[in-house]
Amino acid sequence: MFEDFKFPGDLGWIILLLPLLSAAIIVLFTGRDGRLSARISIAAVVLSFLFSLGLFLVIQQSSDPAAGTARAWSWLNIGDFKVDIGLQLDRLSLIMLVVVTGVGSLIHIYSYGYMSEDPGFARFFASLSLFMFSMLGIVLANNFVMMFIFWELVGLSSYLLIGFWYEKPAAADAAKKAFITNRLGDFGFILGIILVWGALGSVSFNQLQSALANAPAIWASVAALAGLLIFCGAMGKSAQFPLHVWLPDAMEGPTPVSALIHAATMVAAGVYMLCRSFFLFGTESIWPGPFGFLNGWTAGDLIAMIGGITSLLAALIAVQQDDIKRILAYSTLSQLGYMVMAVGLGAPTAAMFHLTTHAFFKALLFLGAGAVIHACHHEQNIWNLGGLRHRMPTTYRTFLIGTLALCGLPGFSGFYSKDAILAAASEHNTFLFILGVGVAFLTTFYMARLFIVSFLGASRSEAAGHAHDTPRVMGWPLILLAIPSVLAGFWGIDTFIDAQWHAGGGEAGSFLDNLFAPFGHAPLAALASLGSVVFGATFAWTLYSGAIKDPLPARLGALARGMHEKFYFDEIYQFLIRLTHEAVASLAGWIDRWIIAGLGVRGLSGTTDITGRLLRLVQNGNLQTYAFLMVAGLVLVLVFALK
Amino acid sequence: MHLTPVGLEHYLVVSALLFCLGVLGIVIRRNLLVMYMSLELMLNSANLALVGFSRFGNTLNGQIMVFFIITVAAAEVAVGLALIVALYRKRQSAHVEDLTSMKY
Repeated sequence: MFEDFKFPGDLGWIILLLPLLSAAIIVLFTGRDGRLSARISIAAVVLSFLFSLGLFLVIQQSSDPAAGTARAWSWLNIGDFKVDIGLQLDRLSLIMLVVVTGVGSLIHIYSYGYMSEDPGFARFFASLSLFMFSMLGIVLANNFVMMFIFWELVGLSSYLLIGFWYEKPAAADAAKKAFITNRLGDFGFILGIILVWGALGSVSFNQLQSALANAPAIWASVAALAGLLIFCGAMGKSAQFPLHVWLPDAMEGPTPVSALIHAATMVAAGVYMLCRSFFLFGTESIWPGPFGFLNGWTAGDLIAMIGGITSLLAALIAVQQDDIKRILAYSTLSQLGYMVMAVGLGAPTAAMFHLTTHAFFKALLFLGAGAVIHACHHEQNIWNLGGLRHRMPTTYRTFLIGTLALCGLPGFSGFYSKDAILAAASEHNTFLFILGVGVAFLTTFYMARLFIVSFLGASRSEAAGHAHDTPRVMGWPLILLAIPSVLAGFWGIDTFIDAQWHAGGGEAGSFLDNLFAPFGHAPLAALASLGSVVFGATFAWTLYSGAIKDPLPARLGALARGMHEKFYFDEIYQFLIRLTHEAVASLAGWIDRWIIAGLGVRGLSGTTDITGRLLRLVQNGNLQTYAFLMVAGLVLVLVFALK
Repeated sequence: MHLTPVGLEHYLVVSALLFCLGVLGIVIRRNLLVMYMSLELMLNSANLALVGFSRFGNTLNGQIMVFFIITVAAAEVAVGLALIVALYRKRQSAHVEDLTSMKY
């Protein structure tokens, strides 16, 4: 079987299967030995990373157009419905592959320190490996059905990891919430896949793209609906409004999980999927009757609006959260909103660019938060921290880099990717541009708040006063993540990805060109972004420098309360669910009590009983009555027979 | 005076009348013995009809049937009367209204 190994393409299979192998080995053989299991898992993901890097370089250098093909198997073949299990190796998946395995490797290593005292060490790494396998499956899938399978696997492993501390009710509930909310979105996703298949006759990405070139007339009538249904999947995985409620609760899981799944990779899967099927969203389509007012809107326009709403909403909520992980969670929501908005605006390059840089600096921030939590005996409230600057210098420095990258200070990666999105918005949609700048301001504000309150000033609790910097196994991943958090902005990632959609693509500029590029081609967006950073930081500094408690609730009143309570989404959903639940329950109860038990069971037995009671009166023992009835019956029969 | 010759229908009408009288007797009369006699009347009305068919159909089948019926009726009378006598001895009554213990 090794003779027909297609070098570089089939390397993809090895990358995909290594984590699965590790998960299987841990579950089947080494489950009792936590340290060995962890090492196997780490080895698998690091190997995957090295192979990914190799694959990336080889395919990028190769002039052979067949370099990016791997073997494929026909998996389902029912009439017109053909599904292959194969790999898609293009610029999009390669860059994603490197990001996922790279960030994944560092987080695996970090977990080795962070989780070392946990009794479920082996189980944790088995789940983590399973997650890596599923996530790589999404990245490498070459058709919608295969992607959907791995999509669900990712949902499962996310469930396992959020509920890792399952004996804690909050964690178990959060896991269930995440799973169910995701299933809701996935239901739309699979409907969308079926609709696309029905209209275009294929589920393979490449075939769909060529089918769209001469799209049948039917496509125009379903394009928007299909696009939105597929977007439903992304709405669940990437936690877009209105399905965003699961992500903040998912912070109940261990912090490395939050960094890997709920910041860098899984939540990015929705954006990745949107970029992968980007070509589906641009068709103008006719909306059915009641949605007639949407005529002229493409699916992309609606996606952009939802992304914008999510980013604003989440940024507002983040301003008034006190839990360090929750702030980061809402920040993730907000940034995901940015990416989705970019895809909707027709700028998948900007979305993927931001996804990449965000994966680095958000993973860094989460791992930094994890280090803080680890050092301060699971204290997560920022108002009980403070003064960590001197006690945890490594964490302090790397966290600062992450914060600056997320805020988008020029020179840090976040600036370039955010600028790409804002530039796209300023070209296509002024409203979303203003909204985006507002979100950039809020981002800087809440990140500066988080940073000032927890790292600067004086310690406000005993735990924070006795904190020590992280062990080296956790420190190195922070440092290694800090490097791309700074540099990823001007490595030329954007020009590399851009060639996915625009053949030929721009030549990668020189280092210095890239450094100042945003001010060259979209000065308005760059200046607005820079202005919002400066303004947000100053604002946060005046409010929070030396503050002991949050001064904002006193000034904003009801608005601050709304932000703090997450705009009551959980309560509204609970109310609505309870309302429908109880309506359905009482209806079902009524049917059970009156139709099934009343009419069905008691009705039948009652009728039989009464008929019996009536009929037995006929049997009165009188011979003459019998004779009379018999004759009468005979007469009746004769009358009918002879008539 | 013109007399219609006696035909099959006359026999049958008489037979039917006898049968109806028998039924009426069974339904109306309360005495078991009288009811029993009515029963015999019904049997004999059937005999009459069979004899009529036999006579006008030029076959002997009907008459053979009649002999059978007479034989069976004789046996039946023996059994039936014995039952009635036994019942009377037990209950001191031969009225059907007093004999309704076999009911619900």
